[in-house]
Amino acid sequence: MKLAFQIAKRFLLASKKQTLVIILGIAVGVSVQVFIGALISGLQKSLVDATIGSQSQITIVKEDDYIHDYETLVATVEGASENIKVVTPTITTRAGSLVWGEISEGVVLNGYDFTSADEIYNFSNKLTPGSEIPDAMNEVALGINLKESLGIDIGSEISFESPIFATQTFKVVGFFDFEVSAINNTWTITTIDTVQNIIAEGEVVSRIEMQLNEVFDAEEVTKLELETVVADEYTITTWISENESLLAGLQGQSISSLMIQIFVIVSVVLGISSTLAITVLQKSKQLGILKAMGIQDGDASLIFLFEGVLLGVFGAIIGLLLGIGLLYAFTTFSGTDIPISFDAGFLALSAGIAIIASTLAALSPAIKSSKLSVIEVIRNG
Amino acid sequence: MANILTLKKVCKTYGEGTKNPTQVLFDVDLNFEESSFNSIIGQSGSGKSTLLNIIGSLDRPSSGDILFKDESLAKLSKKELAEFRNRSLGFIFQFHYLLPEFTALENVLMPYRISKREITKEVLDRASELLEIVGLGNFQNKLATNLSGGQQQRVAIARSLINNPAIVLADEPTGNLDSDTTQKVYELLREINKRFNTTFIIITHDRTVAEKTDRVIEIKDGKVYLDIRK
Repeated sequence: MKLAFQIAKRFLLASKKQTLVIILGIAVGVSVQVFIGALISGLQKSLVDATIGSQSQITIVKEDDYIHDYETLVATVEGASENIKVVTPTITTRAGSLVWGEISEGVVLNGYDFTSADEIYNFSNKLTPGSEIPDAMNEVALGINLKESLGIDIGSEISFESPIFATQTFKVVGFFDFEVSAINNTWTITTIDTVQNIIAEGEVVSRIEMQLNEVFDAEEVTKLELETVVADEYTITTWISENESLLAGLQGQSISSLMIQIFVIVSVVLGISSTLAITVLQKSKQLGILKAMGIQDGDASLIFLFEGVLLGVFGAIIGLLLGIGLLYAFTTFSGTDIPISFDAGFLALSAGIAIIASTLAALSPAIKSSKLSVIEVIRNG
Repeated sequence: MANILTLKKVCKTYGEGTKNPTQVLFDVDLNFEESSFNSIIGQSGSGKSTLLNIIGSLDRPSSGDILFKDESLAKLSKKELAEFRNRSLGFIFQFHYLLPEFTALENVLMPYRISKREITKEVLDRASELLEIVGLGNFQNKLATNLSGGQQQRVAIARSLINNPAIVLADEPTGNLDSDTTQKVYELLREINKRFNTTFIIITHDRTVAEKTDRVIEIKDGKVYLDIRK
């Protein structure tokens, strides 16, 4: 085996140009794989993040009613699954407007427990300068567009009027910018007890919201785990069931990325296989003499398997460097803000596939060399 | 002296089972004594190379048997034959057949490494000594491709001896060398024959070369035509 390895090494080194060309072929394949893989997965991550990163990924509501004993429910949910990152109760009413002098704007009034809700909505990073998170009764923060439409500023006292609830005066402590006009136009955030006070139903919330560690497990793992502990009167919805078209898009992307990667591997395998097949012919004299001197057929074929492995290993290493270089150049010089995502596991997988593919490609030349008969070589010497 | 190799009614037919089978060897009976220095001559197409390939277990006879000492080669598997070749035979071919990717010393060591034994200092010394004997002591670390034809052939001779084989088979070992070098190579083979008691079977078409050996066997039309011992 040692001998076969050494012969393989020498054969490769003896025809440096040919070896280099094969290695470069593999390297280009691996680098394309790394580049496309990283690009697609980066795009997907940022798309998922932009779509559901700042919203509830699983929501529990009670049909046509408020959730009464919500603190117990929050505790139950928190213990239901390891995948749950954060749980927060939220109370909402849409039945009211903010009124400032002559102007009136219909709003969505959301009451949050900010310590946990901030992990989902990341309010603190979205506040405009000088703004604060509401933390006392009747303090509110508003979507940035309401500042313009109502003509108010931090410190303004504004009244909340509703056909069904009693009028209430709020103190504006800040504005936030979600970069989504539907939210910036209508959201008014405050503490839970502010909203509870308006609604006057006691200690209730509208829904329990949560975010997950592994977002794609929402439907098939976490929802099932929740269903075993949460009573039937509650309805559990996940982001997946509400974003089917997004998911279909992501899946299409994944499949096309996979197809590209498979074809790259196929072309690499064909390339190595045909070049090594020629090498067997080139080296038939050497194989003939080795066999005359008594090398076993198995060892003779190992020579070419090792050639495949060596080519694969060096091709993979150079390919990884090339791929990372390509990604670096792309992020640095393309001028776009396209996110790139890859990790050690993905790189190892690409390299591993290349090495396995090269070894497989060497299989048919290896078999050919083991079948080569000494007599043929010597007679045609 | 005892026989080291015995051929019993060896026949060889190429293309058996086809429309035009060609019989190349007809009932060849031969035996070779230990430490003898033999030559096989014959015109091209006489079957002498086929005979050497069969003796060298590179090819199997269609019928008949070959005994090495008392062991029948017909019973050995492909794997056992490879081991037999490695252990007991040394080959010198007409076209040198060194591995061009390796140095002279590495080429000499190749049959030893094929036997899967560890390289020891003794073996390295022996390889160097063999290269000294063939007059290439200063060329040990030169790549085989950088050696002249005569030098390559001498490396091949050193290589054929590394495993202390009982028999060295040479197929036109001087076929493409000039007459001076041819002379030197034969003297070398003769010297090795004396020194290590190695049996030599040399194929040649050159009668002047054959006349210097102890026994000349002429093959004609696949049969032993002449067998002259001195």
